[in-house]
Amino acid sequence: MIPAAFDYARASSAEEAIALIGQYGDEAKFLAGGHSLLPLMKLRLAQPTVLVDIGRVPDLSYIREEGDQIAIGALTRHMDVETSPLLHQHVPLLAHAAGHVGDPQVRHRGTIGGSIAHADPASDLPATTLALGATYVAKGPNGTREIAAADFYHGFLTSALEADEMLVEIRVPKMNGAGWSFQKFNRRAQDWAIVGVAAWRRNGDAGVALVNMGSVPILATDVASAASSRIGSAIRRVTNWLDTSLAAAQADPQPDLNASADYRVHLAKVLTRRALEAASA
Amino acid sequence: MTTIETTHTTNGVIGQRLLRKEDPALLTGEARYTNDLQIPGALHLAVLRSPYAHAKILRVDLSRALEMPGVRAAYSGADLADLWAAPMPCAWPVTDDMKNPVHYPLATSTACYVGDGVACVLAETDAIARDALEAIEVDYEPLRAVVGLEDALSDEVVIHPDLGTNKSYTWNLLVEETEGAVEAAFASATYTVAERYVQQRLLPMAMETRAVAAVPQPFGGDITLYSSTQVPHILKVMTAITLGIPEHQVRVVAPAVGGGFGSKLNVYAEELLCVALSRKIGLPVRWNEERSENSMATIHGRGQIQNIELAADAEGKLTAVRVRLLADMGAYLQLVTPGIPILGAFLYAGVYHIPKAYDFSCTAAFTNLTPTDAYRGAGRPEATYAIERAMDALAREVGVDPLEIRRRNFIPTEAYPYEAFSGLTYDSGDHDLAATKAAEMIDYDGLRARQAEVNVPGSTKRLGIGVSTYFEMCGLAPSRVLASLNYGAGGWEAATVRVLPTNKVQVVTGTSPHGQGHETSWSMIVADKLGVDPADVHVLHSDTAISPLGLDTYGSRSLPVGGVAVAMACDKVIDKAKQIAAHQLEAAVEDLTFEDGSFSVQGSPDRALPLAAIAFAAFTAHNLPDGLEPNLEAQVSYDPPNFSWPFGTHMCAVEVDLETGKVDLITYVAVDDCGVQINPLIVDGQVHGGVVQGIAQALYEEAVYDVDGNLTTSTLAEYLVPAASDVPSIITGHTVTPSPTNQLGVKGVGEAGTIGAAPAVINAVVDALKEFGVTDVPMPASPLTVWNTLNNARANHSSGGTS
Repeated sequence: MIPAAFDYARASSAEEAIALIGQYGDEAKFLAGGHSLLPLMKLRLAQPTVLVDIGRVPDLSYIREEGDQIAIGALTRHMDVETSPLLHQHVPLLAHAAGHVGDPQVRHRGTIGGSIAHADPASDLPATTLALGATYVAKGPNGTREIAAADFYHGFLTSALEADEMLVEIRVPKMNGAGWSFQKFNRRAQDWAIVGVAAWRRNGDAGVALVNMGSVPILATDVASAASSRIGSAIRRVTNWLDTSLAAAQADPQPDLNASADYRVHLAKVLTRRALEAASA
Repeated sequence: MTTIETTHTTNGVIGQRLLRKEDPALLTGEARYTNDLQIPGALHLAVLRSPYAHAKILRVDLSRALEMPGVRAAYSGADLADLWAAPMPCAWPVTDDMKNPVHYPLATSTACYVGDGVACVLAETDAIARDALEAIEVDYEPLRAVVGLEDALSDEVVIHPDLGTNKSYTWNLLVEETEGAVEAAFASATYTVAERYVQQRLLPMAMETRAVAAVPQPFGGDITLYSSTQVPHILKVMTAITLGIPEHQVRVVAPAVGGGFGSKLNVYAEELLCVALSRKIGLPVRWNEERSENSMATIHGRGQIQNIELAADAEGKLTAVRVRLLADMGAYLQLVTPGIPILGAFLYAGVYHIPKAYDFSCTAAFTNLTPTDAYRGAGRPEATYAIERAMDALAREVGVDPLEIRRRNFIPTEAYPYEAFSGLTYDSGDHDLAATKAAEMIDYDGLRARQAEVNVPGSTKRLGIGVSTYFEMCGLAPSRVLASLNYGAGGWEAATVRVLPTNKVQVVTGTSPHGQGHETSWSMIVADKLGVDPADVHVLHSDTAISPLGLDTYGSRSLPVGGVAVAMACDKVIDKAKQIAAHQLEAAVEDLTFEDGSFSVQGSPDRALPLAAIAFAAFTAHNLPDGLEPNLEAQVSYDPPNFSWPFGTHMCAVEVDLETGKVDLITYVAVDDCGVQINPLIVDGQVHGGVVQGIAQALYEEAVYDVDGNLTTSTLAEYLVPAASDVPSIITGHTVTPSPTNQLGVKGVGEAGTIGAAPAVINAVVDALKEFGVTDVPMPASPLTVWNTLNNARANHSSGGTS
């Protein structure tokens, strides 16, 4: 549980962090809450040579209303997302999902930006923000750019972020009263999901994304058109999609100690049905 | 059997729910664990472990490691061969012809499991030492790993070629009234069941991993060994023998210890390495185990394949029990590895009356896996699991409720003390009372009615109800019984009670608490006996320089052996104080009574002397009876006349999600009878923790190996220790049947929860799925396992299969 040797630099602004990461190159990593990176380093599965600590960069921890979106600073802790009155009012699915990340200690240290930038398909917030149609804001040496969640996840622990870019904000559309459900299936409360489903449904519109069904969080792309019809048909559409299009959507459920690939697909169907039923209730 | 009446308390301390006096120091960080100790100049040991389950060690190149700044020494196993006076100890050769592979703290020619130490480094910091391990080059020639027990017994690959076989021993216990009684019972039985169960390997996972520090006195020759151990006394003896150090020069200290569950009842390679290397280089040497290292280098629990057969008459009463056990020793025999399955050998008839028709046989085999050894319950949870699962199978055969089949077979209360088929005498019990109480607390009849209501086609959930009744067989143990089992030590315990001049009391105990709360409980025993405030009693322990006599803490022995020794030492103190009081009151000793901390003359209550006055008089020694030694102190070594036999009934209800296979434990009731309770709060704590560890085996935990012998569950992300959020609130209830074998009327309780829990939970899961023809769900009953079990059962059902 002792990481390999590394250097440590603390950034006092986003600009400085980006300059530092540019200076150190590929072997450097941003450190925010540290709850994904540090365990990997302690097991020596990750051995960055430099950590650029952005934990004290001011003004990156906020949740505010911006028109029909809620903007969340990347350094906002899961606990703040979970308990935000603004999110409870406008994006309750995200607040609820944040309450399922790890345990209270993890939620007090881990950040939404760190979780998304880490791009772990088994994490709760990448899939949840994907289902919600979120936009991520990345800042690099040449300024900021917006990346749609649907374009962000490239593979296991890899994303659209460039090596010298830093995720600074998550923008989530207001749900406008949509029904929603977050189905997290795991053996212990503190664990990653074996399979999870984040879903919302409102007349004429819907979103479903799957946790831990492949190397990236999976967006069910065929649900919106089903959403206006009756719940039974919406469930059939999504289940058909799971049967026919899962593989095309980069879903490649892997067997592990907790689930065979078959079982994962089965769970995805059961949980998606339950999520859509709950979201329609 | 000699019956000893429970001594009634004089001041009501016993039975109070006092908060543990240990806790403020433990909870605030004031307590010092081994790794907290500041030891100037200490070097840090790190051990390079084999990444192969089975491999020849062809070459060990330490040169690059030795060049690293801060590295002070590095050794291969061969480099250290002359440090060992004897191989690693196994104190329990269960049979005369048991095979015991010679092994040393570091492997020299062959690595026999993933985690087997092959080289080590001493460096100025732990971090440097760990980095240096990566610089050691070892050439291995991988050999085929023996992972399964059946594979081991085939001897296709023999792990220790000098033994010629992977079989360590076969141990038999055949008890028959007349020859052939077991066969005859099965031949004439109305009902028989034959079941096979797998006890998966478990990782003990004490929250404090192991840690060791050895501090030598290079000129005096003495050495102090600090270790996160349950057994400082045993460790002292074994360190002296294994390293050839005169025993009087070895002092072992167990500082605050953060849990053991049996895993720290051992003598480990790192303890011997730290002592031997610190003597070799003349500097302190310390070692701290990493969590994933703990998963591989600390012993595992369980690891058995159980075949149990029951014969019963037309009423479902047991007429014979036959057990064939296959036990996984792992790569080597650790301190008591071979004895663990044997500890369960007497309990495969559970709390039931059977005639002398019992046929038990255990065959033990080596595998290329981490050695197994004691883990909470050690053999007894395994035995209880088998008989309690089999009793449910018998209930299905007979067509009666699981609770009813048990009631028909309980040893009747009036039969106590009860001489069992094995010749062991069970001290006291009232199984029907415990079962009745548990049934009332959980509303068993109501649950059964609800079950019939809700388990209907169309519902995606199934309610299941589980029962288990158990014996703990603890308080190890009468030394003569241990001798008959070839155990290499006695089972006595020592205590000293010392009343200081100011009437404060020092207790020196040979038990070695690591979470059990002995400081509180022993204080309460002394307070009750001597009429002092529990806060005025200080308990010293776990340092062989302060407490030179003792046999430590394991097997739920501390209270029924060590606690009773404390009470007996108090009696001796009172006897001596009474002589002084009689002398000073000018009364006859037999005319004095001692109550509430004061001696008084019967019939003349105004003629009285408080213990405080006697304590000071014993100290000044100005006015003692002729020939009486000064000071008020007494020492006792107590060898118990019997095991203690706690018992109880656990019941639970589960809801199984048929769509996902997930088991939700919705309610859990534990009724435990551990005789008189010194501190019911501590009893509840023991039961809570024990039950959760049993639930963990039933639903969550398994040390999973791949076909090459790699542990795939070496971190707490994969090895699923349940947290408070994963288990229901445990409802405890108690009956109190005092033990007649000791004056406190106490029995142990440390392992009871674990023993009762796993079969109760799995019986409930099987009960929930009975309509699908499910008769077994392997442990842990994970969602995937339950889903697979259901799918198989449905496939068999739809294809008309009857298996």
